[in-house]
Amino acid sequence: MQLFPCPFCGERNETEFHFAGELGKLRPDTAGDVSDAEWGRYLYTQRNEKGHVREVWMHMPCGELFVLERDSVTMAVIGSRALRGETA
Amino acid sequence: MSARRIDGYGVIDRSQPLNFAFDGKSYQGVAGDTLASALVANGVRIMGRSFKYHRPRGLWGAWVDEPNAIMNVNGEGVQLPNCLATTTYLQDGMEARAVNAWPSAARDLKGGLDLFHRWLGAGFYYKTFMWPDWHLFEPAIRKMAGLGTVSPDVLDGYEADQVFDHCDVLVVGGGAAGLVAARTAAEAGQNVCLVDDQQTLGGSLYQLPDIDGRSPVEWVATQREAIVNAGARILTKTTAFGVYDHGLIGLIQSGSFGDAPRLIRMRAGRVIMATGALDRPMTFPENDRPGVMSLSGAAELLARYGVLVGHRLAVLATHSLAEASIKLLRDAGVEIERIDPADGAFTAFGGRASTGLKQSGRARTYDAVLTSGGKTPLVHLWRHAGGKLDWCDTRQAFVPGKAPDMMTAVGAANGTFDLEGAFNEARAAGAGHATMRADTQYTVKPHWPEPGSKGRQWIDFQHDVTLKDIEVAARENYVSVEHLKRFTTLGMASDQGKTSNMAGLAAMATIQGRPIPEVGTTTFRPPFVPVPLEIYRGAHREQNWHPIKRLPLETTHRALDAALGEYGGWLRPAWYGTGTSSDLIAQEVQAARESAGLFDGSPLGKIEVMGPDAEAFLNFIYYNTIRTMKPGQLRYGFMLTESGTVFDDGVLARLGPDHFIVSCSSSHVDGVRMHLEAWRQDGNDPDRIFIHDATQHWATVAVTGPEARDVLMTLGLDIDLSAEAFKHMSLQSTTWRGAALRIARVSFSGDLSFEVSIRASKATELWDSLHHAGAPLGLRPIGLEAMSIMRAEKGYLIIGKDTDGETMPHDLGFSAPRDKKTAAFVGDRSLHCEKANDAARKQLVGLMSDDRFLPTGAHLVKDDTSQGYVTSSYQSPTLGRPIALALVTSGQSRIGETIAVQHLGKTQKATICAPCFLDPKGERLNA
Repeated sequence: MQLFPCPFCGERNETEFHFAGELGKLRPDTAGDVSDAEWGRYLYTQRNEKGHVREVWMHMPCGELFVLERDSVTMAVIGSRALRGETA
Repeated sequence: MSARRIDGYGVIDRSQPLNFAFDGKSYQGVAGDTLASALVANGVRIMGRSFKYHRPRGLWGAWVDEPNAIMNVNGEGVQLPNCLATTTYLQDGMEARAVNAWPSAARDLKGGLDLFHRWLGAGFYYKTFMWPDWHLFEPAIRKMAGLGTVSPDVLDGYEADQVFDHCDVLVVGGGAAGLVAARTAAEAGQNVCLVDDQQTLGGSLYQLPDIDGRSPVEWVATQREAIVNAGARILTKTTAFGVYDHGLIGLIQSGSFGDAPRLIRMRAGRVIMATGALDRPMTFPENDRPGVMSLSGAAELLARYGVLVGHRLAVLATHSLAEASIKLLRDAGVEIERIDPADGAFTAFGGRASTGLKQSGRARTYDAVLTSGGKTPLVHLWRHAGGKLDWCDTRQAFVPGKAPDMMTAVGAANGTFDLEGAFNEARAAGAGHATMRADTQYTVKPHWPEPGSKGRQWIDFQHDVTLKDIEVAARENYVSVEHLKRFTTLGMASDQGKTSNMAGLAAMATIQGRPIPEVGTTTFRPPFVPVPLEIYRGAHREQNWHPIKRLPLETTHRALDAALGEYGGWLRPAWYGTGTSSDLIAQEVQAARESAGLFDGSPLGKIEVMGPDAEAFLNFIYYNTIRTMKPGQLRYGFMLTESGTVFDDGVLARLGPDHFIVSCSSSHVDGVRMHLEAWRQDGNDPDRIFIHDATQHWATVAVTGPEARDVLMTLGLDIDLSAEAFKHMSLQSTTWRGAALRIARVSFSGDLSFEVSIRASKATELWDSLHHAGAPLGLRPIGLEAMSIMRAEKGYLIIGKDTDGETMPHDLGFSAPRDKKTAAFVGDRSLHCEKANDAARKQLVGLMSDDRFLPTGAHLVKDDTSQGYVTSSYQSPTLGRPIALALVTSGQSRIGETIAVQHLGKTQKATICAPCFLDPKGERLNA
């Protein structure tokens, strides 16, 4: 079981966390025209990187989203920070 | 009987005799015995039958490496399968039975199977039973296979504890190296935990005559005392069975037989692996005969249990450590003949009473033939943690190479078999220093399997894999060790190849003419020893796993004789009263339709959304337009996923310009709250929107039916409840007996209804007042079953029941926002994709059937193709006939069509209709 650092609560077991998505994905502005291809990419295309990844997770007990940087090969945790103030 | 217990050896308690039985015969052992040591002491030679050929098998080892002596054990009222006789400590009254043998291991009815071995080699099943269909043969084959029988009885009280723990240093293994490492680390002030899988610490130390001039018992006691005095913990009968991410080590701690073991999830700063090494079997014809056993196993039986495996023994060993074992046995008065494998091909025979060995035409019989082809370090945990292995030519073994994070190997597990070297490594590792593997005195003459040689030579004793099978695999081109393993099942038995993997891959290396390290090993996976699934369940069950949510009115419901059931995680009244449930439910519906019903709707979501951006936020979250809502208004709406499918439905209330209450589905509050939180924090300014789930702070009592207004009037509120002043889909706030009260005129029954919410502590007072006042008017409490029927009569849907994972709002007849809403909202773009525009989407409809009840889940069939299915179905007390809701392909354009309804082989007819069966004009609703 991995240990993830919630920026607000500290290290907790991975079972307390919920994956929210990869960092940096922007929602297309649907008030304007969005092509099928662009919308499809937003919904389904993930970077799915090998190695250093930047992801958004929610710590369920406190309900806060945060950025988690980790290594998808070694499972090493690189660091975490609050999502607030993040510019994609 | 040649095997026997002798005095002067062992760490057992001879003063405590224990009675037990094996295969129906009674025996006696002593405290400290394992089942295996007690059986050997009683002269039992055959302890099991092999998996495939049902060959008689005796003991190979003395601890976790044992492949043969697997037993079903009854003890302390519990029957457990797959117990290793060598690691099951004897208890008084135990009854053991060999697995895979009937009536006994010694006389097994299926023993004749071995005669057919020529046809039963690797791949036999795959190739033979392909035609016409494997499934025809599977049941019979499965019945013959397997090791042990699981008792169908629930094991009462067999409940595992689960413990989370942590330490600075975890030392795995309480042998020479482990004890010294633990002592050094503890004396340096570290928080140390030492685990050992045996009952008594010391590993194989008891085989030595002395350590630094002290007896092993004395030396171990000294170390133990020093470790405990330095503040470290020692856990015996505890196996480290797996290493997982981020320094998590799985420990299983056994108690007495019949008690579930305990799972300890240990987070360790670092791990010192002092797990020791095993004897490797030698591969030669008939090497599985009873009495052919490991040299160190025989030495351990003497040293720990005071049991001699025989009086006349042969030793076939190819390494320098054999001398010490031989000396130990000879000192105990055993006659030993050394056989040099180099003197010519040899083969075993016999086994029932004695074990024979034939070499160069000379045959002799012994009580046992002890073999050791070298030492194999136990490196499982090292590999679990991602450490590398190096091939060592000197030791002819894989030894720990590049270390995983936080792990150090010491002693025999590191290939350091000499005591002094092990101590040096242990001291360095204990102090946290790097260790260097010193040169070793150990020498070994390799005696690997010789492919092509004659006779049946066992590689994997537990799964009956022979050298021939390896050759077959190579011929079939299953040459990668991972393929070899799966084709032959080598190393796939419950011992996971502890004794067989090395021989198997060495054989493959020879066949291919490659060096052993190039062939490589298969993947080492947890658990190191079999562990019962119970340790993972532990307390994660029933109320501890999924605690039920309780209503503030539960006591009131119970007093009213409610039948309580779980609905969406809440314990709620299904109906009230004693009698036939369908009659009671029908009476409740009738009362609510004719006069009034009182319904506990407390689980309805009450998520408050506040702040200057609340309106814009909810306008984005909801499918419906929220901006146009005025304070005091209610609006029914949907939340969608980004894929455009319906996520939740419910009523949104606007209390003020910056204050809303999301009344989502009762069973879906947590999910909706997370959904709102995720969007609030990602894509919005979280300082301008605040979300607070007040669901459990407020109780909601709904009064529904033609008399609902009159009932509510008895509360004497300062609100005009008339139809003109208090319209359907509006909300008013007031106080009642000093408590804030919110009244929503909203209906799930289809009749005039008021949902009255009050703080949870006042719920009983409110309920009782309404109940008393309403009873003379014909009001009665109604449960969830009656409400479900009433909402279906009206055609109101339940998300997740009348919708599936593809349902979009326009499939439910709500298409206006899709067509008209211009502002962005969650899932908007998906409502205009090709799939969303498909004319053949499943849409919600009603079904009418004059005759029979339509089963929920039944398929609607046309041209032998399912067109959809029934989602909700009831006998309607109001209409006096069955009604149903269904999702049907292009349903909205098929009103009036008669369709076949098919369920479990039976077919009936139904007519598709609009989903609303009652009051389509809303006269009752708006009354």
